[in-house]
Amino acid sequence: MTAPGEILFESTATVDRARLVRYAGASGDFNPIHWNERFAREVGLDGVIAHGMLTMGIAAAALEEWLGDPGRIRSLGTRFSRPVPVPDPGEVALTVTGKVGAVHDDGTLRVDLGVTVDGRAVLAKCQAVVEPPVGR
Amino acid sequence: MNTATPTPTGANDALVGSSYPARERYEVSAAKIAEFAEATGAASVLHVDRDAARGAGYRDVVAPPTFAVVIAQRAEAAYLEDPASGVDFSRVVHAEESFRTHRPICAGDVLSAEVHVDAVTHRGTISMVTTRAEITDARGRPVSTVVSTLAVRGEGA
Repeated sequence: MTAPGEILFESTATVDRARLVRYAGASGDFNPIHWNERFAREVGLDGVIAHGMLTMGIAAAALEEWLGDPGRIRSLGTRFSRPVPVPDPGEVALTVTGKVGAVHDDGTLRVDLGVTVDGRAVLAKCQAVVEPPVGR
Repeated sequence: MNTATPTPTGANDALVGSSYPARERYEVSAAKIAEFAEATGAASVLHVDRDAARGAGYRDVVAPPTFAVVIAQRAEAAYLEDPASGVDFSRVVHAEESFRTHRPICAGDVLSAEVHVDAVTHRGTISMVTTRAEITDARGRPVSTVVSTLAVRGEGA
């Protein structure tokens, strides 16, 4: 049966500059640090970085795919612990892992989401409370 | 009027506890949901296929889990654009985000968001600013609570 530590899913995603522009348009977040190299450097960054909310959205997409229905997610939160630089040319690969954090008395699960780039975590304490998928 | 005290970044902690009423009614479209789902890689048919969404018990296509940020960030702008906030948006990076879903967001929803300034704290040359957007539907019922913390970097940070 479901127990803390059990790996529920693992997936990968890639992010390039085009995807940042697509997310900017979809979300309405046009902060130039996410698409303008010159601006990003002027404000002291090493270059263009991904929207934290894109990284979180990618993690949420993996979670809902496992759940089968986004309506099963009751809460979701994270800290953005490390910026995700997005090279040009090229892309950055994200690995998303979901594991059981806790099993609650009301039948909900806490799912702990890990997102890493080159083996290093870019989100911290990324946790969701969910109703488990049908059949679990 | 609030009097700003010197802080490492100019972020005004006198605004803690204040709120900004909804500036708009945001009508959620199926097209926006599909666009957001594609951008984040949310592949479920429930985001794009109305019949599938209805079959799963939704009124219309349902938004991905973090979609509420679209409405929340539009509302947070009322605070960030307020000169009294003292926040230099060019010095901002996102530090934390959380969503509490009261009910799923579907196409056709007409949503409003009131923004509350929950905390402004200072750590060295950085200020941490926490806002909470309470998103409600056309009848005033709660839909989503979105808490966002921004790190404002002072000069040299």
